[in-house]
Amino acid sequence: MRHTLAILVENRFGELARIVGLFSARGNNIESLTVAETLEPKISRMTLVTSGDDLAVEKLVRQVDKQIRVLSVVDLTRLDHIEREMVLVHVKAEAGDQRLEVMRLAGVFEAKVIDVSENGVTVEAVGERYKVEALLRSLQPFGIRELARAGTLAIGRLPAAAAAEEVRESIAVG
Amino acid sequence: MVATLTEQLKAPDMRSDEAVHSSSCEFSGARILIEASLREGVDTIFGYPGGAVLHIYDELTKNQHRLRHILARHEQGAVHMAEGYAKATGRVGVALVTSGPGATNAITGIANAFMDSTPLVVITGQVPRKMIGSDAFQEVDTVGITRPCTKYNYLVREASEMAEVVREAFHLAGTGRPGPVVIDIPKDVTAEQAVFVYPEKVDLPGYCPNKRVEYEQVEQALEKIERAKRPILYVGGGVIHANGSAELLRLAEKLCLPVTPTLMGLGCFPSGHPLYLGMLGMHGTYWANMAISESDLIVAIGVRFDDRVTGALEKFAPQAQIIHVDVDPSSVSKNVRAHVPLVGDAKSVMQQMLDCHDAETEARPLGTAAMAHTKALADGRATPPEERLAAWWRQIEEWKQFAPLTYENSDEVIKPQFLCEELYRLTGGDAIIATDVGQHQMWLAQYYGFNGPRQSITSGGLGAMGFGFPAAVGAQLAFPDRQVIAFVGDGGFQMTAQELATAVQYKTNTKIIVMNNNYLGMVRQWQELFYDGTYSAVGMDGSPDFVKLAEAYGAVGLRASKPSELSAVLERGLSMPGVVVMDIVVTAEENVYPMIPPGAGLKEMVLG
Repeated sequence: MRHTLAILVENRFGELARIVGLFSARGNNIESLTVAETLEPKISRMTLVTSGDDLAVEKLVRQVDKQIRVLSVVDLTRLDHIEREMVLVHVKAEAGDQRLEVMRLAGVFEAKVIDVSENGVTVEAVGERYKVEALLRSLQPFGIRELARAGTLAIGRLPAAAAAEEVRESIAVG
Repeated sequence: MVATLTEQLKAPDMRSDEAVHSSSCEFSGARILIEASLREGVDTIFGYPGGAVLHIYDELTKNQHRLRHILARHEQGAVHMAEGYAKATGRVGVALVTSGPGATNAITGIANAFMDSTPLVVITGQVPRKMIGSDAFQEVDTVGITRPCTKYNYLVREASEMAEVVREAFHLAGTGRPGPVVIDIPKDVTAEQAVFVYPEKVDLPGYCPNKRVEYEQVEQALEKIERAKRPILYVGGGVIHANGSAELLRLAEKLCLPVTPTLMGLGCFPSGHPLYLGMLGMHGTYWANMAISESDLIVAIGVRFDDRVTGALEKFAPQAQIIHVDVDPSSVSKNVRAHVPLVGDAKSVMQQMLDCHDAETEARPLGTAAMAHTKALADGRATPPEERLAAWWRQIEEWKQFAPLTYENSDEVIKPQFLCEELYRLTGGDAIIATDVGQHQMWLAQYYGFNGPRQSITSGGLGAMGFGFPAAVGAQLAFPDRQVIAFVGDGGFQMTAQELATAVQYKTNTKIIVMNNNYLGMVRQWQELFYDGTYSAVGMDGSPDFVKLAEAYGAVGLRASKPSELSAVLERGLSMPGVVVMDIVVTAEENVYPMIPPGAGLKEMVLG
C-alpha cells in the first residue's frame, strides 16, 4: 500500500541522507520525495511517498521518528489529507492547429501554457496525481520532449471546526 | 545606510569584547576537543595515532597529566577497550583513531556498540577540508560509512563548532538508549583557532530521551501483573543501562515473579536468587524457555525480543499478554506486539511500579484499579502473590527437575562446562568477565553465575569474535584492582591477541582464559547438527602455542590439559599479578545444549 509521510526535520547537511538511508537499508523504495524549508528556515518539511504493508511502514515511521534531528513524522495516509503533484512538460506543437489543440487540452486540465517556442510549448500542471497522469497521457500523442515532475506534496486537512471557521472568515472578508 | 552606521557605532564594543575572549581562551580545534572532553569527565582515551590526528595527539601529550591515553595495537582493539570501559563503569567510553584505515578498522567496534547500546564517543581524523572528496591519502567517507551504525555522527566543519559538537555527542551517547556517536574531524579543523565557549546546555529539539510513563499506564500494567496466573519477568541490557537492578530485585520479590534474563541482561538479577530461572533463548535453560512459552503475562523490561530469544516468532508465547518497558519507542512492538507499551527508562518505570504497588498495599485511594485490588484483597476475593502463583512455581520447579543443566563430566578431558563451574567456584561470581562469541560464551552464561550488573561484558547483538579480550583490558583499566577475566575461545582470541602488548604495556592484571577446543566450536556444532557433520573450515590446526605466545609478549602463560590440573592452574593464574594467559585444553567436540534449532519455537528445544 502507498503511504505518504510528512516529516519535519532540522535543516542541516546529512539529515536527508540519514532518513533516506533508513528506507534503502530495508529495501524500501522511495517513490517520491520533496523537501523544502518551512517558515522557520532551520526546519525543513519533507513529503515522502513509499509503499509497503502497514506494519513495515509503521516500523519505518518509528525509525524516522527516532532520528535525533527529526522533530515529527506523520503518516498522512489514513488521515484526511490533500495531495498534489506538479509537472512541467515540453510538448511538441507546431504553430497552428496542433498548438491550439495542446492549449485546449491544457485548459481542460486546468493546466497553464507558460512558455512557447517555435515548435513547442511548455505546460505547467498542478493537481491530484491521477489528473496529472491523465494530462500526460493526452499530451503524449503530440510528443513529449522533456518532463520534470515534482513528487507528491501533502498536507493534512484542517479539522472540521477550524475549516468551517476559515470558510466563515473568507466569506466575511469576501 | 542606517544599518551600516549602526554597525560602525557598535563595532568597537564588539571588538573589545572579542579581544577579552581571545586573550583568555582562543584555542586550536585540537585543544578545544581536549578541553571539552575533560569537561565531560573523560579520564581515559583508547586510541591509535595517524597523520590526520597528529594535532590531537600533540595536544594529548601536553595534557597527559589530566587525560590518560591507552595505545592499542589495532583500532578495533581500541574501540572494544572503550566498550569494555563503558560497560564496566556505565560511563561514556572514548576512542580516538585516524582517518581512512583507522576509521574502517574501528567500524566493528562501533557497530558492536550500536547493537548493544553501549555509550561511546569515537573521534576519527579526516583529511583536511579542501581535500575531502578528492580521494586523498587515507581518505574515507567516515560519516557515510558510520551513519547506519551510530546513534548519531558529526563532521566538524569549523573549530568554532567543536565544543558544541563534543557536548552534544556525549549527551547523545549517554542518555536515552545509549549508543556510539562518531565525531569526524578534518585535520585542518584541529589546527584552526577558535574561541572556546563550553555550551551550558544542548539544543536538540527533536531528541527527548526521558519520556515519562503515565501513572495510569503503570497502574494498568500492575493490575495485569497482579491478576496473572503465570507471569514472568523477561529482562535485559536495558535494566543494566538504566542502573535498575535494585528496583528489579524489589519488584520481583514483592510480586513473587520468576526472572529470566537475556544474554545482555546477565547480572542484572543475582544468579543465586530463588526467583532466578537463568537465561532464556536459543541456549537458555529448559525451564526458562518453557516458562516464557507457557506464561500468560510477560513483563519485558529493557529487552528487544531478539530472534535469538524468541525463536520462531509465530510460535512465541502464544497465550501471553505482553507488557513492554523500553526507553526506545521503536523497540516496542518491533518484533512482538506489546499489549501494554511503556516507553520509559527501565529504572524509573520499575520505581513507578513499586510506588504504585506500595500505594495499593497501604490502601491510599490513588486510582480505581488500586482501590479495587485493595478492596478485593480485604474481601478475600484476591490472593497475595505467593498463593496465587503457587501452582505456577510448582510447574516451573517440575520443568527444572525434568531437564536441569547437565553434562557428563570426565577424568580424561576437561569439559568446558566444568571449566565454567570451576571459574564460578573460584571467583564466587564477583569477577568482571568479558567473553567473545560462540560456545564458550553460551557455556559461561549457563554454568557461571553473575552476582551483579556490569560484571558480564559480552558481544550480544553483533556477535563479534575478538571482542572479549580487548573489552577485558578496557574494564581492567577502569578498575585496576578488580578481578577482570577475558574468557575467550581459541578462535576469537586470535582475532585480537595483539592487544596482549597493550595489556602488558600498561601493567594491567588482565587474566585471559582460552577455552581451547582447537575448533571454531559453534560453527562446528552447527555443521555437525545441520550439515551432516561435514566440517568446513572449522579446524584451528596451526594455532600458536598460547603459553609461548603469552611469554613472547612478556606475560605469563599457563596450561591445563587434564581435569586434575584445572583447579591449580586457575587458582594460580587468577591470583598472580600481571597479565596471565591460561590455555585450557577442553573436549574438542562438545555441543552446547539445550539448543533451539534455527526456525523452531522455544518449546522445540533439543536437550542433547
